[in-house]
Amino acid sequence: MASRGGGRGRGRGQLTFSMEAVGIGKGDALPPPTLQPSPLFPPLEFHPVPLPSGEEGEYVLALKQELRGAMRQLPYFIRPAVPKRDVERYSDKYQMSGPIDNAIDWNPDWRRLPRELKIRVRKLQKERTTILLPKRPPKTTEDKDETIQKLETLEKKEEEVTSEEDEEKEEEEEKEEEEEEEYDEEEHEEVKGTSFHSQAPFLPRISSGDLNFRRLEGQRR
Amino acid sequence: MTQAEIKLCSLLLQEHFGEIVEKIGVHLIRTGSQPLRVIAHDTGTSLDQVKKALCVLIQHNLVIYQVHKRGVVEYEAQCSRVLRMLRYPRYIYTAKTLYSDTGELIVEELLLNGKMAMSAVVKKVADRLTETMEDGKTMDYAEVSNTFVRLADTHFVQRCPLVPATENSDPGPPPPAPTLVISEKDMYLVPKLSLIGKGKRRRSSDEDATGEPKAKRPKHTTDNKEPIPDDGIYWQANLDRFHQHFRDQGIVSAVANRMDQTSSEIVRTMLRMSEITTSSSAPFTQPLSSNEIFRSLPVGYNISKQVLDQYLTLLADDPLEFVGKSGDSGGGMYVINLHKALGSLATATLESVIQERFGSRCARIFRLVLQKKHLEQKQVEDFAMIPAKEAKDMLYKMLSENFISLQEIPKTPDHAPSRTFYLYTVNILSAARMLLHRCYKSVANLIERRQFETKENKRLLEKSQRVEAIIASMQATGAEEAQLQEIEEMITAPERQQLETLKRNVNKLDACEIQVVETIFLLESYIESTVKRQ
Repeated sequence: MASRGGGRGRGRGQLTFSMEAVGIGKGDALPPPTLQPSPLFPPLEFHPVPLPSGEEGEYVLALKQELRGAMRQLPYFIRPAVPKRDVERYSDKYQMSGPIDNAIDWNPDWRRLPRELKIRVRKLQKERTTILLPKRPPKTTEDKDETIQKLETLEKKEEEVTSEEDEEKEEEEEKEEEEEEEYDEEEHEEVKGTSFHSQAPFLPRISSGDLNFRRLEGQRR
Repeated sequence: MTQAEIKLCSLLLQEHFGEIVEKIGVHLIRTGSQPLRVIAHDTGTSLDQVKKALCVLIQHNLVIYQVHKRGVVEYEAQCSRVLRMLRYPRYIYTAKTLYSDTGELIVEELLLNGKMAMSAVVKKVADRLTETMEDGKTMDYAEVSNTFVRLADTHFVQRCPLVPATENSDPGPPPPAPTLVISEKDMYLVPKLSLIGKGKRRRSSDEDATGEPKAKRPKHTTDNKEPIPDDGIYWQANLDRFHQHFRDQGIVSAVANRMDQTSSEIVRTMLRMSEITTSSSAPFTQPLSSNEIFRSLPVGYNISKQVLDQYLTLLADDPLEFVGKSGDSGGGMYVINLHKALGSLATATLESVIQERFGSRCARIFRLVLQKKHLEQKQVEDFAMIPAKEAKDMLYKMLSENFISLQEIPKTPDHAPSRTFYLYTVNILSAARMLLHRCYKSVANLIERRQFETKENKRLLEKSQRVEAIIASMQATGAEEAQLQEIEEMITAPERQQLETLKRNVNKLDACEIQVVETIFLLESYIESTVKRQ
């Protein structure tokens, strides 16, 4: 109570340690206070020792630089995809820069890796027609047969509505082929097909004919 | 993982595998074990890119995966393994010294590709060697196979864990990821392959021109569809064995520096004899009798048994205690104290750092405190025979850099500072850890500076590369001297000077990196050995 409002705390000028124990005697000049952060490259008092030179050092140096260059050329070096330019240019068709469709350039042993990491390598667009289509003959021919049948049988009644619906289904399935990855199991695709099948009536009506032909052309290119 | 280590890992991954792999790798190092979708979501990269990056990282043994309950596969990055990438040149050079060019190329292929099947390695190495040989000569597969077998016998390469062979009657769907197993005795078993063939020289017409569109590449890979005889058996470089070799090299050179060549040869013989019998983390080797050592000395050394015994007693009495005597049977049983040897090497590194940074008087104080364990300020001044002010200054400098620490011993229970002893002491383990952290930072700085220098002069480098390509093509088609001169003059003299300076700087930075990496190895071995003993 006596110290309340008086001096700010007892013995303001006293330190918690004795100056002699720390090693600063009375009257010793203390170093000047630091007013700015220490320089980024302070001058070195002692020069560094020279680096080892000689045959071994040079060989390892050359080896290191060679390794660095070699690793950049290996397929393990993944370059980020070249950003797409604003307008499609004619030269893009003939200048393939970058991996096609996120494919891997090397073949890992898929048995050693988790199944979820497997990316199906997409063959070239040129070869795609010969490889993709035979894989799906049951589906596409089936669809085409179905559509042709339906068109023929339903010519008189509700012709416009059903043909548009069937073509929409075809478009959706082709869109799915192009955009999504291919899975191994066929059942997966069948299931997906049927799910889209049920959704078809709810999709907006797209002008059918042009879109169809354009997509087929895109495949054949 | 400290920030410095993460930064270094990020730089290494970026330099060797590109930015996408770097992003994924660093994210995994920071956050630990994660499943695929979480990685894609957190890093904001597409699922395909993440898959590609993970395939690359798993191939190079930088990431491992584990199947958790409910079929979720989690991926975990191995930060220490990423840091081993710094030492690749040293591993390859070691293989060269032990097994000449063939061994060097085998280890290089294994390191660059992560894991490979033996037949693939042999084929590739034979092709590469054939190219360097004179026209008409080719490298035989058998020779490369022999070197490979020798590498496997000395444990420098080992088999990767295998996919367990599942029977066809396995019920249920296959697991989302295979669990790889390997048994101890199979690890170095070389499959019996009859690889017959010779290396192929790459003809100039087949050369991969850079202008060749990538469309052609998939066709090449589907060319040979014959089944490989050792399908599923992959090999990787055994880094622990290389580390053991480096450690042995360090000990031998330390003994050679301290004593003479003969004693270092004796120590080298002892280490060679205990290579296979002692595990790499043992504190000392198996005891070896003096007779055994005498028998196993290299053929060129004809020192008598007595001289050998004298050397051994000298080594055992040395205060550094590299060699210890564990018994008297068989002419004297001697062991090499690996842990103590590593400790001495680490201490020597610390002393050398202090000497080069602060001067020889500081080093004297450091050695003094190290020897006497705990010293007061006054005692330091007296023992080191250095004036008080300077001694105080040096002690505080070292204290601020954490090479030396303070130990408080209170006289009274209330720990009053005026009545407490403050003793200076050196804790080697913590000083080594601190120095290791600084080394990581240094290497990261060196790499960054090198990248900065290269980026600054990128335009100039590209120009010089183009000019070289033009000159090479013109020389191939046969051009006159005057034309070549003209092309060479496309690069002006000051530009040439700039290129020279750049080359010199990059070389210097690379050499610095190699030097710091050696220090890192010493400190890491010491810390690992100490931590294992506790």
